[in-house]
Amino acid sequence: MTDPLIPVDAYLVESLPEIWFGAVLFALGMYVVLDGFDFGIGMLYATRSDEHERETFLSAFGPVWDANEVWVVAFGTMLLAAFPRVYSRLLADNYLLALGFVVALVFRGLGPELREQRDDVRWKRYADYAFVGGSAFAPLLLGMLAGRWLFGPATLPVVLTGVGLVAVSIVTGAAFLAAKTEPELASELRAYGVGATLAYLGGVVVLLATVVLTDAGGAADAVLSLPVAAVVALSVAFGLGGSVLARRGQYRAWLASALALPTLLTLLVAVLLYPTVYPPTGLLVRDAVVSPLALNLVTVLGFPVLLLVLWYFKFLYGVFSGPIENEGYGG
Amino acid sequence: MHPATLLSAVDPGWAVAFLSPEIASRMQFGWTISVHIIFASLSIGLAPFIVYFTWKDVRTNDQRYARLRSFWVKVFAAGFVMGTVTGIPMSFQFGTNFPQFAEVAGELIGGPLAFEAKMAFFLEAVFLGVLLYGRERVTDRTYVLSSVLVGVGAWLSGFWILVVNAWMQTPRGYEMVTRSGMEVAKLTDPVAAFLTPRMPWMYVHMMNASVISVALLVAGVSAYIVWKKPDADAWNSALKLAVVLLLVSAPFQAIHGDAYGRHVEDTQPQKFAAMEAHYETGAADLHLLAFPKSLDALTDPRAENLVTVSLPGIGSFLASGGDFDAEVVGLNEYEENPPVALVFWSFRFMVGLGFLFIGLALWGGYLTYRGRLADSTRYLKAMIAASPFGYAALLTGWYVTEIGRQPWVIQGELRTSEAVSSTLTGTEATLTLVGFVVLYVGLILTALYILKWLVREELRSLGVRESSAGRWRGPLPWVTSDD
Repeated sequence: MTDPLIPVDAYLVESLPEIWFGAVLFALGMYVVLDGFDFGIGMLYATRSDEHERETFLSAFGPVWDANEVWVVAFGTMLLAAFPRVYSRLLADNYLLALGFVVALVFRGLGPELREQRDDVRWKRYADYAFVGGSAFAPLLLGMLAGRWLFGPATLPVVLTGVGLVAVSIVTGAAFLAAKTEPELASELRAYGVGATLAYLGGVVVLLATVVLTDAGGAADAVLSLPVAAVVALSVAFGLGGSVLARRGQYRAWLASALALPTLLTLLVAVLLYPTVYPPTGLLVRDAVVSPLALNLVTVLGFPVLLLVLWYFKFLYGVFSGPIENEGYGG
Repeated sequence: MHPATLLSAVDPGWAVAFLSPEIASRMQFGWTISVHIIFASLSIGLAPFIVYFTWKDVRTNDQRYARLRSFWVKVFAAGFVMGTVTGIPMSFQFGTNFPQFAEVAGELIGGPLAFEAKMAFFLEAVFLGVLLYGRERVTDRTYVLSSVLVGVGAWLSGFWILVVNAWMQTPRGYEMVTRSGMEVAKLTDPVAAFLTPRMPWMYVHMMNASVISVALLVAGVSAYIVWKKPDADAWNSALKLAVVLLLVSAPFQAIHGDAYGRHVEDTQPQKFAAMEAHYETGAADLHLLAFPKSLDALTDPRAENLVTVSLPGIGSFLASGGDFDAEVVGLNEYEENPPVALVFWSFRFMVGLGFLFIGLALWGGYLTYRGRLADSTRYLKAMIAASPFGYAALLTGWYVTEIGRQPWVIQGELRTSEAVSSTLTGTEATLTLVGFVVLYVGLILTALYILKWLVREELRSLGVRESSAGRWRGPLPWVTSDD
């Protein structure tokens, strides 16, 4: 073969398909964590009527959202590269949900862009509708898509997964803003964040109970397992612990524990999926994965770049760390 | 194609209202990529300008370059947001609308698409954040480097996307295997699969097309501002820079395009025949100019219903590299052909515009040489009017490439009709098509509105009085008439 550096007939390491399963879920997790707080900012934005506060929110959102959003492309293309059959079936089976999600992202992205262009109250109001509406529908539809991925066409669990992602996005959005803004605004945000935390934890319990009771998508057994119990227990611990930190005004610590929630949610998805990659079809990781050469190639070329990307994010958040400056970071 | 095959046969009651899943999916993909590529190529073409202005600004502290940087970074940013929000639906539609394509070609296209996201898209998005909001927060050096990285991201993004597209035109480096009861392409040779014969042609042609399109846009905006305010130094420089860039890129595109055409004849003879509406295998004439004799010729171009200015045998001569009587395969040899009219007229439209650009570049070069570039109102007006045409040429060029490949989605391997989702209904597909049409029309109007607003603000800051700035309803003549 042309490139002897890359093995053709065997995976670089025996467990490479499983590692890629993890990598795909990692990209999803990055997306849910990072764009999640963008969605939260967008939804909490609806609670502000003061122009100054709204601009503060947009200044926190401005420099990072676009980069955050790219993680969903990374997730989709990594899924395609490693598990093309799952990518194609998941999206084809959930046509309207998937396209509804991307349309919500269009509205969310354009809203703030439009808002700047005109000093006209009505114009700004419509731009705000786009921003808030997109920020609420995107996590709802993405969560529902994740629900369909896990449970197939079972309405209640699917809707609950969507609502769960909305709630967790509000938690991280509130914590992110609280950590970057003045104390008065932060304490108002705290109320929303704590409320959303409790709603989220309750939602997860109801969701899992529903799945067990109705055996949605045949996932009852998977839910009644030690890893799921551990993830739920950790979620409760981080959720409640974070709420306590928030009440004490330790917002940076609250942010850290709030970010654990979407991370654990993604972990829950991973635990419920494995060893299949699309439970309703029964496709196993090993059945759906591409051949050794293709996977080895994306590993050798892709992983170093993935590390580099993580470094970019460290750099980006370093540049824009600290309190929000209202004039849009002096740009 | 017979109209009946376009319509959904599943639900006769609604058949009048809904398109078939296949045709709706193709229209949706075609429409969404047409809008996306405008913004994607804006990033590619504008990147060198941004790097140059940023570097000059930081290096010389010259106010002209600070002004130009600040203006074009805003255009770049708005374009990038549009590019992001329109790009995400692209990466989803392989799955939602053409899942069989994604599954068959997954090993070949998944890698490059993932590299595009990881190597290019992230680079652009992260460092654009710095470029837009970080001027006061990073050092000059980091700031210039950020502009370079954004540019590298844009050009690298084009590279990986074209790796995928070029593979669809001239696929190789794979073998077909059966996996879980389905024929899929297994990657056997990554170098061959990524660097297909088409790849270098396509990359050079597309990157240069983006540069031409943006040079025309920059020239048009500069011409408008110079026309309104002749002593606007910065904009005189920008106009001159754009003209110089056009002088290089426009003639190069014609020379390169000619050789590219020969390569297409070699590798995709059916597409080449459609470009020339060449039906009977045999010697081919080259139609320099073609006009329809009747309305029929618009939908069915063929020698007998066209008035052409042709060079006998030159088609053969070019395709074969020197033989006037060389046999050029005709469309009649094939069972199923692409929509010839779309390919034939798109090709002529693109080539015609290409020659127009060369003319404009030479005219501008002459005026620059005589030192009268800014004084020629006629030239300024011509450049204002020509500013959207780069995109028109770029889009029609892609129509030749993509529609000309039909009925294949992967040339000679997978038909488009076989790639469409089997679970998709005509109702769903038509619904989302209509949704995307409405949404993206709004998006294009928004983009034009933003450009108009930026130009108006620029004029205001240059001290042009509001009344004269607002004398035209739109600052640019096509805003209300096109798109």
